[in-house]
Amino acid sequence: MPIIKEKTKMKEQDPKERIHNFYEVALGYSPEEALREADRCLQCKNAPCIKGCPVNIDIPGFIKLIKDGKFDEAIQKIKEKNNLPGITGRVCPQEEQCEKYCTMGKKFEPVGIGRLERFVSDWETKKGIKLPEKPVPTGKKVAIVGSGPAGLTCAGDLAKLGHSVTIFESLHKPGGVLIYGIPEFRLPKKIVENEVNYIKKLGVEIKTDVVVGKTITLEELLDEYDAIFIGTGAGLPRFLGIPGENLNGVYSANEFLTRVNLMKAYRFPEYDTPVKKGKRVAVIGAGNVAMDSARTALRLGAEKVYIVYRRSEKEMPARNEEIEHAKEEGVEFLLLTTPVRITGDENYWVKQMKCIKMKLGEPDESGRRRPIPIEGSEFEIDVDLIIIAIGQRPNPLIPQTVKGLKTTKWGTIEVDENGRTSLDRVWAGGDIATGAATVIAAMGAGKRAAADIHKYLKTGE
Amino acid sequence: MERSIVSDGDKMYRITHKEELCETVKLFDIEAPLIAKNFKPGQFLIVRIDETGERIPLTIVDTDRINGTVRIIFQEVGKTTKKLGMLRPGDTLQDVTGPLGKPAEIEKFGKVVCVGGGVGVAPLYPQAKAFKEAGNEVISILGARRKELIILEDEIRKVSDRVYITTNDGSYGRKGFVSDVLRELLEKEKFDRVVTIGPAVMMMAVAMVTKPHNVKTIASLNAIMVDGTGMCGACRVTVGGETKFTCVDGPDFDAHLVDFRELMERQKMYISEEIRATEAYKEELESALLSVYSLLKQRKG
Repeated sequence: MPIIKEKTKMKEQDPKERIHNFYEVALGYSPEEALREADRCLQCKNAPCIKGCPVNIDIPGFIKLIKDGKFDEAIQKIKEKNNLPGITGRVCPQEEQCEKYCTMGKKFEPVGIGRLERFVSDWETKKGIKLPEKPVPTGKKVAIVGSGPAGLTCAGDLAKLGHSVTIFESLHKPGGVLIYGIPEFRLPKKIVENEVNYIKKLGVEIKTDVVVGKTITLEELLDEYDAIFIGTGAGLPRFLGIPGENLNGVYSANEFLTRVNLMKAYRFPEYDTPVKKGKRVAVIGAGNVAMDSARTALRLGAEKVYIVYRRSEKEMPARNEEIEHAKEEGVEFLLLTTPVRITGDENYWVKQMKCIKMKLGEPDESGRRRPIPIEGSEFEIDVDLIIIAIGQRPNPLIPQTVKGLKTTKWGTIEVDENGRTSLDRVWAGGDIATGAATVIAAMGAGKRAAADIHKYLKTGE
Repeated sequence: MERSIVSDGDKMYRITHKEELCETVKLFDIEAPLIAKNFKPGQFLIVRIDETGERIPLTIVDTDRINGTVRIIFQEVGKTTKKLGMLRPGDTLQDVTGPLGKPAEIEKFGKVVCVGGGVGVAPLYPQAKAFKEAGNEVISILGARRKELIILEDEIRKVSDRVYITTNDGSYGRKGFVSDVLRELLEKEKFDRVVTIGPAVMMMAVAMVTKPHNVKTIASLNAIMVDGTGMCGACRVTVGGETKFTCVDGPDFDAHLVDFRELMERQKMYISEEIRATEAYKEELESALLSVYSLLKQRKG
C-alpha cells in the first residue's frame, strides 16, 4: 500500500461565505475520508502518540477500529478515557500533543488524530449515544464546583464509578468556557449541549445559578458532601493598564465573547443582550481567544479587524489552524506593535489607538524573545472598538472566601499531582490550579482528581 | 424530614407576591431560598426572565428566610424591566443568581446619614436597618422626582431617628434635591458616615457636598453588568485612579474616589440598543393587543 504523505483534508466553509455567518467553519470527515485517514496510521507498537495525550486515549486502538469500519466500537474506545470527544476533537491543540509524536509526522504530515476523534464522536451523536452500564451506587456524594472541561470530566468519571455527583455552576448554562468563551463557529453550542447531556445521563446532577462562595459556601458543601472538586477556571480578564482603557467601546475578550456566545447577542434584538459591532476593530493579543474575538468581530460586520501583537508571528500563542483561519478571513496582523494609549471622542467613545513599534531582544523567563519599544516609532490607528485579549487570571472567589485554602502568588490554588489542595476532602484542577491553559489539560486534571477522589472514597486515604 | 440546604438550589424562581408602588415601580417577592439565607445588606442579585433574556442586576430590599423569598424593587425603564413588570404572582423567572457583591460595611460608627434617590431607596433600606440594629443614630434623606416616586417611606421611618424628604417638583416634602438637605445638615451637625444610593448624578452631588466636611461617604454603584461574578469587566469603574469591578470589588466604594463622569458615560453605552429593543417590544405588545381586539370583535360579530 502506498504511503499517503498528506493528511486527508477536512472540508471547510469558504472564507468569503463564512465571515457572514456563525456556523461551524470545519465540516468534518465523511466515512470515506475517515477510512482513508485511518489507513495512514502505522499502528506503531510503542504508540508514541499516546504519551502526547493528556488523558491517555488508546489512539492506535481507536484508529484500528475505524480502519475496520467499527465506528461504534471506536468511539467507545475513546470514551474509556475521554468523556467529551466531540469537544476535544475540535479544540485540542493536537499539533502540540498526540500528533506531535506521530511517527508519520517525522517524515510526512502526522495522522489527523483529532479529525478522526471528531468523526467518530459526531458519528455517535448522529446515531444516538450509548450509555455505559449503570454502576452500583457507592452511597458517596461528591460536589463539583464549575461545569467547564475540568468539572465535567471529573464529574463524568466519578459518576461512572457509582458516586452521586452534583455540579454547581454560577452561570445559567453549564459548560464554562466551552459555552461562554469558544465561539459557535469553532465549537457549536449544540455539541457542548450534547456532551453535557451525556454527563447528565451518566447520573450527574447540574445546578446552575449557584455561585459557590456567595450562594452557598464551600464549608456548607463540605457538610453535605464527602469530597469536593474545584474547577472554577481562569475567567478573570486582564487589562493593559494604559490610559483610555475604560472608554466606551473597549471590551475584555471575555465580555465580548460572553455577550456573543453565552447571551447570543449576535441575534439581538431577538435575544435581549446587545453587543457593540465595530466597523474598525483592534484585538490586542495573539492567542486563541484573540483569534476568536477577531473572527467574531468580522462576523458581526466589521470592515477592518486588526490583531495587534507585541512580538512576531513566530511567538504567537494561538494554534496555527486558528491563525490561518483568521488570515483567510481577512484579519490584518499588526505584529511587533503594542498599544500605549486609547483616545476617545467627546462622547467618551473610542476613536483612536496610539501604538508603538517593538523589536525583539534577549529571551525572557518564558523563553521567548522580549519585546522592546522602538523609540520614536509611535503611530495611530483609527478604531471604534477595541478588544483586549491578553489572558485571563484565575477566579479569586473561592480562594478569597475559604479559610485555609493555600494559593500561589499567581492566585492559583495549590495542588499536588493528584489535585489535592491544602484542605481535607477538597481537590482542585484545571485553570484554577495551573493558570490559563487548554481544555484538554483541564480535562486531564479533572481525570486525575477523579481517580484520587475515588481512591479516597474507597479507602479513606 | 430535614431538607438539604443544597437541594433548594434547583427551585423554580416563583413570584409569590407583587405590589405596584407606583405606575413604573414594582415590588416582587421571589422564591430563592439560598439567596434569602445568605443575603447581607449591600448585596444584589442577577435576574434573567426567559431563554432569550439578558442578565440584569437588581437590588435586594429584604429577605424572608422562613418562606425562602427575596424582595426586589425595580423601576421599569427598558424592555427587560418592562417585561418583568408585566409578570404576576405564580409566574416564574428563568434565573435568579446571588447574593452577589461584597456586603456593606456595617458597624457602629455613631451618626450615619442614609441618602437615597428614586429606586435607590430600595437597597438603602436594608443598610439603614442594619445601621440602626448596629446601634447607630440613623438620619435618612429620601428624594425623588415627584411624590408617587417616593418609596418605602414607612419602612425607612421605622429604622431612622429622623427622616427628610425632597421632591424635584415640590409635590411632597421639600422642593429640591437630597444634596440640599444634606448640605444644610452638615453645616449644623457632625456625622460619622454617609451612605448614598441612587442615580449616579445624585451620588456625585452627595460626594461633592460631603467632601469639604471630610465625612467618609460610601456610594453603591449601579454599573452595567453581564455575569456579575467578575468574569467580564463590563462594570469596571475607576476608583482612586485604579480600575475596579463593581460586581466583585463593590458595589460599595468610597464616593470621594469614584470617577462618576466615567460611570455615567459607561451607563449610556447601550442607549441606542435599549431604544431599539424597547420600541420592538412595544410593537410586539401592540400587535398582540390588536389581535386580541380583533378576536373579541369577531366573537361579538
